[in-house]
Amino acid sequence: MSTVNQIFIAPFSEFEFMRRALAGALALALGACPIGVFLMLRRMSLVGDAMAHAILPGAAVGFLLSGLNLFAMTAGGLIAGFVVALLTGLVARTTELKEDAALATFYLLSLAVGVTIISLKGTNIDLLHVLFGNVLALDDQTLLMIAGNATVTLIVLALIYRPLVIECVDPGFMRAVSRAGGPAHLAFLVLVVLNLVSGFYALGTLLAVGIMMLPAAIGRFWARDITLMIVIATTSGAVSGYAGLLISFHVGVASGPAIILVAGVLYLTSLLFGRVGGLVRQAFPGRHLEA
Amino acid sequence: MTAALRFRNLTLGYDRHPAVHHLDGAIAAGALVAVVGPNGAGKSTLFKGIVGVIKPLAGRIERGDPNPQNIAYLPQAAEIDRTFPINVYDMVAMGLWRRAGSFGGIDRAARASIEQAIDAVGLSGFEARAIATLSGGQMQRMLFARLLLQDARVIMLDEPFNAVDAKTSADLFDLVRRWHGERRTVLTAMHDIDFVRANFPETLLLAREPVAWGRTASVLTPENLLAARRMCEAFDQQAELCPDEQVPTLPPSSDVVGAGNRP
Repeated sequence: MSTVNQIFIAPFSEFEFMRRALAGALALALGACPIGVFLMLRRMSLVGDAMAHAILPGAAVGFLLSGLNLFAMTAGGLIAGFVVALLTGLVARTTELKEDAALATFYLLSLAVGVTIISLKGTNIDLLHVLFGNVLALDDQTLLMIAGNATVTLIVLALIYRPLVIECVDPGFMRAVSRAGGPAHLAFLVLVVLNLVSGFYALGTLLAVGIMMLPAAIGRFWARDITLMIVIATTSGAVSGYAGLLISFHVGVASGPAIILVAGVLYLTSLLFGRVGGLVRQAFPGRHLEA
Repeated sequence: MTAALRFRNLTLGYDRHPAVHHLDGAIAAGALVAVVGPNGAGKSTLFKGIVGVIKPLAGRIERGDPNPQNIAYLPQAAEIDRTFPINVYDMVAMGLWRRAGSFGGIDRAARASIEQAIDAVGLSGFEARAIATLSGGQMQRMLFARLLLQDARVIMLDEPFNAVDAKTSADLFDLVRRWHGERRTVLTAMHDIDFVRANFPETLLLAREPVAWGRTASVLTPENLLAARRMCEAFDQQAELCPDEQVPTLPPSSDVVGAGNRP
């Protein structure tokens, strides 16, 4: 009993930074995983990645102007992300350019602007923090921001859920019955940015997308219904956070990658054994039914 | 006559090239109209114009009922993501949008109406099936169930019976008859001329220009069909500007009540 306690509970009961990290990781999973499911279903899986790049320069500008200041970097990241998201949505809706092409142009521009600004001031080691994040060093402010973002995400998602789902399944129908599709889509893009900013502090800009997309892909292998898919994605995101932190504590590896690696193991398992379209299931479907 | 839709010198098209050219006339409330014509005749374009997906190049469309919710439209190639994880029940329930919107609840009466609609199209037992597992015909049945729930006064069906078998089209046409009986206005783009002759009281024969419009028997004559077939399909890249005062070339159809009458 005490070994179980030692392995699974003690790291969190004994160390405050582990408790903070766990709270941050769970909040992150609550917000980011449902967003990831919608990104996946909209075939926008790589959009998250692109958006993470779009945010980086904004945060870097904030950093260069005022140092490692939470508000400056968050504001910079949010502004850069929102601008790119809104411009992308507008261009995709009003011109022949599809969403992916529109996004590619704007995030590359944003990245170039950011890198130019950074090169003006020279590089800084602290920027590594921006690139890779540090879930073990979340201060009160950051933790509150991540939790706040998760709360906002869940509330807004609840408000736009119906139009968002219809817009995904049958955009033509949505256009015919209501004008809510466009605003819902824009709100969704804003939520993507919010969650990337959260992920950015915990996991860094390079891995922030991991906590969105890997759980979503896991859900796809176990559920035929979007509701269950979101539940499974969020649960596996939370489990990845908890297990990743434990592994990082006991083995002494970096926490961010450990979290994503646990999600990766869950994903590979689902890919093999998933009930819906898993590879083993495809190879050995069992005898066919009578009707 | 109360018109559900009235076209006034309507020209619809793409990149300034007309796909529907100088269409004039009205569709009476409660009419059951077949829109017939060769591929590229402008049938789908006309429907898109009526729902407002494309804007007229010239002329205008007047709706008897300005509320866009009162027009239901089943496009020929619905942009449905068939891999999306949603079941038949939820998909049909979308038809309640006008009543429920983004936030409205689905109460017991609404659930009963969803089940009735699913039953009416013969999909009972399919409620929990993912839409990815439906056949083409079942998909079309499901979309008709959603139309039933939309409860619109004007219903437009763009080639709804393409690629569905005889049983399915017969079942679905029963619903069209039911709508007609409920004095709803139904426009249906059709290819099957014999089916139109047997089932539609009124026909609009379109070949970019309106060829004929009126009582089905007087419209679907061999001469009219031949004329429709001759009209060229391709846009002429060197096309001259169309003189706007050109008079639409409708054959006399004043003998037909509520059809094709000029303003």
